[in-house]
Amino acid sequence: MSRKQGTSRRDFLKVGVAGAVAFGATDVLAFANGLQQGGSKSKVVIAKDAMLRSSASAIDSTRMSALLDRAMQTWFGSKDALAPWRQLVRPGQVVGLKVNTIAGRGLSTNTALVQAITERLQNAGIKPYDIVVWDTTGRELERAGFHLSSGAGKIRCMGTDAVGYEDMPEAYGSVRCRLSRILTRICDVVINVPLLKDHSEAGVTLSMKNMYGVIHNPYECHNGGCNPAVADVNMLPTIRKKVRFTIGDATTACYHGGPGYSPEYAWRPDSLIVGIDPVALDFTAWKIIERKRAEKGLKTLEAEGRPPRYIATAADARHQLGTNDPKRISLIEV
Amino acid sequence: MSTGIRLVAIVAVALVVIASGCKKQSAVEPMPASNEAAGWEKTGETQTYTAATLSNYIDGGAEQYLKAGFKGASTSDYKFQGRIEAVADVYLMTNANAARTIFETGPAGDAKAVQLGDAARTYSQSLIFRKGPFLVRIVAYQETPETPQALLQLGKGIEKRLSK
Repeated sequence: MSRKQGTSRRDFLKVGVAGAVAFGATDVLAFANGLQQGGSKSKVVIAKDAMLRSSASAIDSTRMSALLDRAMQTWFGSKDALAPWRQLVRPGQVVGLKVNTIAGRGLSTNTALVQAITERLQNAGIKPYDIVVWDTTGRELERAGFHLSSGAGKIRCMGTDAVGYEDMPEAYGSVRCRLSRILTRICDVVINVPLLKDHSEAGVTLSMKNMYGVIHNPYECHNGGCNPAVADVNMLPTIRKKVRFTIGDATTACYHGGPGYSPEYAWRPDSLIVGIDPVALDFTAWKIIERKRAEKGLKTLEAEGRPPRYIATAADARHQLGTNDPKRISLIEV
Repeated sequence: MSTGIRLVAIVAVALVVIASGCKKQSAVEPMPASNEAAGWEKTGETQTYTAATLSNYIDGGAEQYLKAGFKGASTSDYKFQGRIEAVADVYLMTNANAARTIFETGPAGDAKAVQLGDAARTYSQSLIFRKGPFLVRIVAYQETPETPQALLQLGKGIEKRLSK
């Protein structure tokens, strides 16, 4: 697919403001306003709570909700906790939360964060059944502490293995992928809820790499440090159309040994990293991982031969999925 | 009994014999049953992965195993005395050198060497060892003073099975 046939997220905003697209003009304008609050820069908010845990490991759900509110309100520039959600989604839409659970319970999207998000979505008028927490398989979700559910009136929690992948692939550049039917047929809007991790092939994973959990053939997309495959996957039309915002889980993260769970390389930043620009988010994630690696006396990812090159690719003229220029990223830590 | 029926019976018996022979030749179940390692309950079915499906389990982490030489993997969940949950992974590599390659990947950090298999090291919440072509990793979800010793017990249980 050529560049002309698709639109990048930033183009999506421009087009949306000018003429409206499938999501409705109100949402698009709100998104544009959110982006503009950082001037012409891509805004990335890191919200941290050093007291997030009620014990050595358990997260205090009340504090998690407050942390989520702080992150979202800061990004959207809102004093009202519900305003960000009302800009993100509207009643009647089916909202997917694409979590990351492949590493099991020790290093997966935290259930307390997902619970906090689902509460805010319901506060914003989304019915429980219109919320779908999902990942590749039901087994992974269960191992990560989620409870599978598909009952009427309840929040749905399911793996793609329950509904399968589309028969017809979508393609861009180096990738040709059949997409999860949860993305294509069930969800109107997706909020990406990935996890901050070191990655043995890609270097770093947060926002864009989480879309490997949407495609049928992630094993075919790891060559060359997942470059350009990560960027190409994020160019697939349905992913660009539906994945709207990223709430990155950095409550527990790993600076080495990823993407699997290696407790010896895990640490607890007790933070959330949120934004709309997946490239800026991943660039920020890279810097966080490198800072932690330096603190631990480890080589840089470049020195280990696995810098996350896909980030620059995603920002290049062909992809334009966001910016990896630190001068064009407004990083706000709260 | 007619000739036809007799022939069918002979073929059926032959298939049973072949099948049981195949079963004997299949890979050893490396995961200890409940209480085979003192205090450890096996809380889940053993899942197995091939080279084609390993990335379904460990995503991009599969690449380093495949590059080193990978044949198959088994994984299972365990719980120690109802308090410590853990997951055990057993990777069958193509040979001992391949297992060594994975074992020696990454910084040892604050690891302690322990006597298990051909080489082993333990951290506060994990244990990794190699034995011949096998690479074993056990990770606990709770960090307690007894975790390292408990992991070592489970590791010994797995090693015993791999020695059969």
